[in-house]
Amino acid sequence: MSHAPITSVRTYVMVWVALLVLTVITYVVATFDFGMLNAPIALAVAGIKAALVVLVFMGVRYNTPLTKVVAVSGLFWLVIMFALTLNDYLTRGWLGIPGR
Amino acid sequence: MANVTESIGARQALAPEGAASAAGAHTLHGTAAGHGHHNPNLQHHFYSMEQQLEASTLGMWVFLVTEILFFGGMFLVYLVYRMLYPEAWVLGSNHLDVAMGAINTVVLLCSSLTMVLAVRAAQVGSRQGQVINLVLTIVFGLTFLVVKYFEYAEKFEHHLVPGPNFDMTLPQAAQQQLFFSIYFMMTGIHAIHMIIGIGLMLVILWMAWRGRFSPDYYGPLEVSGLYWHFVDVVWIFLFPLLYLLGAHYGAH
Repeated sequence: MSHAPITSVRTYVMVWVALLVLTVITYVVATFDFGMLNAPIALAVAGIKAALVVLVFMGVRYNTPLTKVVAVSGLFWLVIMFALTLNDYLTRGWLGIPGR
Repeated sequence: MANVTESIGARQALAPEGAASAAGAHTLHGTAAGHGHHNPNLQHHFYSMEQQLEASTLGMWVFLVTEILFFGGMFLVYLVYRMLYPEAWVLGSNHLDVAMGAINTVVLLCSSLTMVLAVRAAQVGSRQGQVINLVLTIVFGLTFLVVKYFEYAEKFEHHLVPGPNFDMTLPQAAQQQLFFSIYFMMTGIHAIHMIIGIGLMLVILWMAWRGRFSPDYYGPLEVSGLYWHFVDVVWIFLFPLLYLLGAHYGAH
């Protein structure tokens, strides 16, 4: 890989503005009652913000494939940890085990 | 990858004449990088400055993956107890100061912008740009900690710190105490990361001030920046999950 292209100040500032706008959106959305959807919406907006920071500010979009795989692996193992733990907590009591 | 064969050639060439001339010392990298003089910042086990930066970036990401899972464990604890005690989580969340949390979110986003501009300044060879942006990054980082101090102080005043002085007259006090345990654990460890980050930035600022970085060599600045942005990303998730969770119940 040769030198990564230098990103313009304009791009960085635009991403920063987008992050601020998304922060306002998070706040405004949180003041409305969407029932079960409040948390997923908040997490979705936070996910978009995180993706902007990781891809642009941390420059992962210009990193080598190996670094990209390592970065994604963090998310991958995080999902496994959450999935298997919730697999336990969310299903307790489903079978009505006698004595519980 | 053409560098590989060139470099091997360079090393073979070095052996017979190594003792003969001072030129031998820089032949090792000089031929490999394709320049007459190799960059003095190039460690001898790398072929080129690009490869060195890639290796540093990869190493930092491996560390950040361990950090993702470290914070991930705490987010998981938060989630499990939130599912068990949803009302207490709303009550606890509504004791937090949304304005202060929002200010700190903006402060951290600004610090990430100045951080990335400092790296860019190194890429375009501006020492002044590095120094100014690093100073701003440190100032934003300190601002975050000052706001955090006032938040924590307020929690102590209102007996919301888990322990013998916790206000047990609150509804669902025991469960709310659990919420605040998790609040202090998550924000406290995040704040420790901020303090470490500011320490890192002071070292990087010193190096930038001394003119250590150039468009060819800015690895330490780049890698410290990755750490800084990561700490920002953690806060991006902490803010809605801790502060905004009960906002739509309007119980302020």
